[in-house]
Amino acid sequence: MTTNKDTHKVRRTVINLLKYLLLFAGAFVALVPIVSCVITAFKSNEEYMNTNVMVLPKSWAYLENFKAAWTQARMGSAFLHSFMILICVLVGSVLISAMLAYVLNRFQFPGNGLIRSLFMVATLIPGIASQVTVYQIMTALGLVNSFHGYIILMLGTDVITIYIFLQFFENLPVTLDESAIIDGCSYFGAFFRILFPLLQPAIVTSAILKGVSTYNEYYMAGLYLQDKTRLNVVSTSLYVFTGPMGSQYNYICAGVLITIIPALIIFLACQDQIYSGMAAGAVKG
Amino acid sequence: MGEPQATAVAERPKLTFIQKCKTRRGQQIICTIAFLVIPLLLLFVFTYLPFFKMVQFSFYDRDYLKVRKFVGLKNYLDVFSRDDCFQALKLSLYYMVGSAVQIALALLFATILSFKVRGSKFFRGALYFPCLICGIAVGFIFKFFLNPGFVLDTLLGWVGVTGTPNWLETEVVNNIVLVACSLWKYIGQNIVLFIGAIASVDPVLYEAADLDGANAWQRFKSIILPSIRTIVVLNLILSVSGALSAFEMPYVVTNGAFGTSTYFVVMNKLAHTDMKVGLASAMAVVLLALILIVTVAQKLVEKYMDYLENRPRDYGVKEAAE
Repeated sequence: MTTNKDTHKVRRTVINLLKYLLLFAGAFVALVPIVSCVITAFKSNEEYMNTNVMVLPKSWAYLENFKAAWTQARMGSAFLHSFMILICVLVGSVLISAMLAYVLNRFQFPGNGLIRSLFMVATLIPGIASQVTVYQIMTALGLVNSFHGYIILMLGTDVITIYIFLQFFENLPVTLDESAIIDGCSYFGAFFRILFPLLQPAIVTSAILKGVSTYNEYYMAGLYLQDKTRLNVVSTSLYVFTGPMGSQYNYICAGVLITIIPALIIFLACQDQIYSGMAAGAVKG
Repeated sequence: MGEPQATAVAERPKLTFIQKCKTRRGQQIICTIAFLVIPLLLLFVFTYLPFFKMVQFSFYDRDYLKVRKFVGLKNYLDVFSRDDCFQALKLSLYYMVGSAVQIALALLFATILSFKVRGSKFFRGALYFPCLICGIAVGFIFKFFLNPGFVLDTLLGWVGVTGTPNWLETEVVNNIVLVACSLWKYIGQNIVLFIGAIASVDPVLYEAADLDGANAWQRFKSIILPSIRTIVVLNLILSVSGALSAFEMPYVVTNGAFGTSTYFVVMNKLAHTDMKVGLASAMAVVLLALILIVTVAQKLVEKYMDYLENRPRDYGVKEAAE
């Protein structure tokens, strides 16, 4: 009996050891590309040329690369533009999706199911494929090379937000808005004054997910905001480094880190919402 | 239509249009229309209209904005006969194998992280964070990481591996490397998803298994896997269409050079650089047809698994037979 217990104990320890070994290996692989960027971003030109990439920099206070990357990639205006786009897209998509989910969830009307399936089927068409012809449509509408065109496009390509709101409405008791309407409130009033404030958790979740994806979106930004001097945004600002600067990795790494920092801050602050939102969106999407 | 109805409800006063709008039903209709106009307009203009245009353009020899000539099925024949179009789908095999590995690894990490582990928040965060990094930045990170003599070669040198190939320029190797990059970026999403699914398993089952002295592997095989089977299979199938439309890594890391052009990288170049919109549209339609087939298969599997789950289970019988 004791020997049995002992082997059991040994096995437990081995499994535990294996478990942590795997976790550390996973975390190492996940973080090493980012950490190596951090190391190189703090090296002066001379250091970068003469030392191996994995040798730690002489000084962690050497910020010249960050300054150079900031000015060369014109990050100041890029951040301003991205922030502006972000605000418009977030307000727009939260309002549009919440209103759509309200109507779909609360009202029975012919076509309700059809509209739901139309949004479902839309997720099947990969974005890259539809951009072949969306570009022609955007050109015909005169929306290429303008921020408002890009913002409108970003509003239109959104399904996960709608699902998050639909799911949330399903758990909001109908009696809430019904009683308001019996008391003489209009449907608009019931939505904006009674329900919208209650949607706060769904708004936070969807705003974080949509915010990160808008901030990171680079493909459509490259297609529709071609005038890089006037319409630069953060996600595509790093393209500056593809030309003759293509091998100055100490600058490039600094630029990469600058673009990552906002995402990192949001991630550290809102981990739980991101995880729960992802799960909600993925189950239905 | 209006007349007989009016006689049938004769006691109700006839309403003018404005009055009708003020009734509850009228208000509901106005609200419905008002709230639906914008989302449906956006959906139509940016999803369905492009789709119909795509089908239409695929029959034309079309330059970027003007010049069109009806060419019938020529674009489709080109898709299948050109070396760079349908052939590019072969690369999807790398991505399919990659997704299978990704899902298996994600299951492993999700299972470990679902039980008492020190620092589980840190490990989950580290594995998840890469998918929040902008694609272009990921491209630069890996160009740097894989540059000959740079990070990866240095790390391998530490453990005594030398004479490595040029990771991004040697064919076959570079495709495997790109798949690994994609796994690096997206595995976190699968892990978070699977952790969510495992969390919904009834904890009583684990307690019962512990009492029975089940080890970790038995617990995984007999409790966790059957409970989250549906979501795992769905993810596997979804990854097939994901692999068919693989785009991001070859686009941002190698830009399709040295034999890494996947189907969508070729299509993107044809549409936006070579301005062969007709041919690119035909490519898109072909791929959509493939995705549709995969999706129908997925729905069938989903139905079948629902059927299996609702069927009375023969608990333990199989185990006893072994």
